[in-house]
This record gives sequence, C-alpha cells and structure tokens, in this order.
Amino acid sequence: MSANDIAWEGAADAGKAATGKPETGKPSPGIAAAGKQGRARLPKWLYGWVLPLAVLALWEAASALGLVSDSALPAPSRIARAFWQLCASGDMAEHLKMSALRAGGGFLLGGATGLLLGVFTGLGRWAERTLDPSIQMLRTVPLLAVIPLFILWFGVGEFSKVLLIALGSFFPVYFHTHLGVNSADKKLYEVTRILQYSKLKLMTKLILPAALPNILLGVRLSVGASWLLLAVAEMMGASAGVGYMIQDARVYAQTDIVFVGILLFALVGKLSDSAVRLAERRCLRWSNTYKG
Amino acid sequence: MLTIERLNKTFAAPSGPVVALSNIRLQVERGQFITFIGPSGCGKSTLLKIVAGLDTAYEGTVELNGKAITGPSIEKGFIFQEPRLFPWLTVEKNIAANLSLRSADVRRRVDELIELVRLKGFEKAYPKELSGGMAQRVAIARALLRKPEILLLDEPFGALDAFTRSHMQEALLDIWQNSRTTMLFVTHDLDEAVFLGEKVVIMNPRPGHIRNVIGIDLPYPRKRTGASFQELRSRVLGEFEKVESPPQTDVGAGI
Repeated sequence: MSANDIAWEGAADAGKAATGKPETGKPSPGIAAAGKQGRARLPKWLYGWVLPLAVLALWEAASALGLVSDSALPAPSRIARAFWQLCASGDMAEHLKMSALRAGGGFLLGGATGLLLGVFTGLGRWAERTLDPSIQMLRTVPLLAVIPLFILWFGVGEFSKVLLIALGSFFPVYFHTHLGVNSADKKLYEVTRILQYSKLKLMTKLILPAALPNILLGVRLSVGASWLLLAVAEMMGASAGVGYMIQDARVYAQTDIVFVGILLFALVGKLSDSAVRLAERRCLRWSNTYKG
Repeated sequence: MLTIERLNKTFAAPSGPVVALSNIRLQVERGQFITFIGPSGCGKSTLLKIVAGLDTAYEGTVELNGKAITGPSIEKGFIFQEPRLFPWLTVEKNIAANLSLRSADVRRRVDELIELVRLKGFEKAYPKELSGGMAQRVAIARALLRKPEILLLDEPFGALDAFTRSHMQEALLDIWQNSRTTMLFVTHDLDEAVFLGEKVVIMNPRPGHIRNVIGIDLPYPRKRTGASFQELRSRVLGEFEKVESPPQTDVGAGI
C-alpha cells in the first residue's frame, strides 16, 4: 500500500467521524471535502498572511523586550505611528503625488516609445536589421551606469529623472512588443490576405491583438522597472518624493520613516502590478493554449 | 467559370528544382462541385493555392471569368484544413472579421449564416470554447459572408472525427445547393471525394498531374452503401492502383 493510499484512508476516516455517515463502498465527494476541512480550517486567503503576521508579532515582542536596538529596527507599532503621522500631516500625499507623477510620466514616455519602436522593428525586415542590433546592445548597459551622464547633461532636475525612468521602462516594452509582433501567426496572416484586409485592419485586427499578451508582459516588467528607477532617481537628489523622504529620514536617523518609505514602495508597486494583471485578465480572456 | 491551361509550377528545393504541377488543364463551370483526390505530394493543395491567388509564381494560364488570377480577391473563398479563427474574437466577430457588425447589412447576414451553419447560441463564444467541427463551421460562415463565387476547400474536414465529418459533408452539400457556389474540394479521403463531387479529379505525384476525371452521376443526397456508389468508388480506387505505371505527359481534362 502506497503512502497516498494511507493518507486517503485517513482522510476518509476523519470524514466518517465528522459526518457520522455509515461507510459506503466508494468515498463520496462529501467525505473527501470533510477530510480536507479537518486538515485546515483557515480560509484560503489567510495562508499568505500567516508568515508576515508571525514575523511582525515576534518583532514587536523583541522590541518591547529591548532585544533589538530601536534605531536599527524600530518596533512595528512605531512604524505604524510614523505612517499615520505622515498621512495626517499630508506630507505623504505630497511625496506620493510627486513620485507617481515622475514614475507615471517616465513610464508613459518610455512605454509608448517602446511600443512604437517594437511594432516598427517587428514589422519591417529593414527596420529590424538596422535598428534592433543597436537597441539590443544598449539594453545590456546597466542603466545606473548612465546616471552620471544624465546629471552632466541635464543636471539633477526633473528632466533627467523622468528620462531615466523612461529609459528603464522602454526596454521591456520594446523587447516584448518586438517579439510579439514578430511571432504573429503566419497562418492567420494568410487568412487576412484571403479576406482582403486593409493595411490598417491588418495592424489593428491581427498584429496588435496577436502581440497583446507579449505587450502586456512587457508593460508589467516596465512598471516594475519604473518604480525601481524612481527610487534611484529620487535618491540622487530631489526635494520631494518617496525616495527623497527615505533619503531625508536617513540623514536624521529616523529609521521608522525609512521603513514607512520602503513600505510605500512595496504597496504602490504591488498595486500597480495588480492593476496590470487585472488588465491582462480582462484583455486575454480568449487566450489559453488555443491553437487554430 | 474557371479556366486552367498548361499550368506548370516548380519549387526550388536544396536538391534542385522540383516540379509540383505539370501541364494541368481544367475547366470548371459556375456552380459545379469538383473534388480533387490524390496521395500527398500530388500538388492538389498547391493547385488550390494558385487558384486562390496565394501563390502567383507559376507558368501557364489560370483565369476566373476570363481574368488572370494575380492575387487573392473577395470572390475566391478559402477554407483551410485548420479553422484558423482569430482566437481573440468571438464567433460572430470571427465571421465578420474585417467587416463591421455595426453595419445593419453585415449584422443580418452574419445572423443568417450562424443559423445556416447551426451555431445559434454560440455567437459570443470564443474559439477555445468550440469543438473542431464547430470551429470549422465558423470558418465556412466567414468565407460565405463574402459571397464568394468560388469556394476553395483544402482538406477542410481532415482533422475531424468520422461522425462530425459526415455531418459536415452533409452541411456543406446543403450550403452548396442553396448558394450554388462553385466548390473546389481537396481531400485524400476516397469516400469523401465520391460522396461530395459531381466530378472527381484524380491526381498523381512526381510530377503532380491530373491522371483522370471521373463524373459521379448520382443524385444527391447520396447513399454510401448503394451499389452504384460502391461501383464508382471502386472505379476511382482502380485509378490509384495504376500509379506505378509511367505518368502520361499530356493528360488534361475538360470538365
């Protein structure tokens, strides 16, 4: 008898005990469900919270007992209080607004350029041969290495910040759009020839929808990149923004505010990622392994 | 009317040029149902692609109503072996494809066709939710919406199970009798060729050429089990058994 069989029997027994039903030849779905319930009573969504909550509780206890230094690891309750104070004073809204403008502006600029260029090089052999190698080469340059150049050229003002973010969000969208457009199904292309699609319809009704899964993947990666570069850009010198808030708090050794800043990045990052995922689910309802 | 005269087609292969079609001669009257049958490599699909205008690198004359075929056009519909639906469009949008459903005329025709191919209730379904037979019926409706004068079908039911296939064959005959669209139907299924066609064009490979054309003078709907059906079926089969004999160079066919 395999381990699986034993586990199954155990579950069936638990089910029998719970429901009090007489044993039948075949385990019914009810019994199986009862067995599962016996093993875990937590609702599904709670699972992900178990570990962080346990860590927080431990952390808070360690702080209260004086086991960790307050300046290195302030208690969660202190971070929460700092969070609330920054909320109440309106500082946080101000910083967030500034950061969102920079990240959003850079993302839109870079993403739109990436989309256009990706479609361009994905469609034309000539464009691909002349442009793509250069872009692929630039892609391998670590973006942080060009920051000094940007500062020399454009100073530390908004322009170089937005440009840095735009550059970072350009590559994923470009790369994945190029890939998606390039890999549009040749068989469906034949169908559009038979049905006499115009150039415009070919673009909007075959190439773009076919590339959409790839494009959205690129967008998701870009959103991540733009938050990363936002933090970098705001730390290289700014007078507002979440990155600036962190940098400023570091100078005054306000570790709790540094934590608040990190938390904000995590929240906003997760939120924007979820938004793109939602868009993916909405737009790609048709896809899953359809071959036709 | 479709006229094919002295059609030759050569492919460039690494080992040298390969003759895919050699001296094809064929005439198809409007409204006829012609089936093409032959082993793989006999050029039957190539012939269909040339008529569709998807392949224009050939020698000879291929004319539809006296006009040379230089590319795809709206009067030539094409059904591939796979349905080739756009996976991101619903059934009704797949049928409309590049035409707008907001046009009242298109809307009405699409609804009629959905009725005709018996897909009522599936208008808003995505291709992934359809069975192979249903998807192929969407493809047929998509071709018919353009009111083609000639419908080219390249082994359209080859991937379907036997039950769905025979249902689809009857559905196609229905459509043909209602619309009087000229049908050129490529298959490698002997029964299918005899069951559907008014004439069966038998093709042989190396090089691809027309071996014979056999008229099937049986009234529709045909019975596969009937004695005359079986007799014609054996005649067509008999042509294949002569494959080993050297190909005749100038066998053409006037239909």
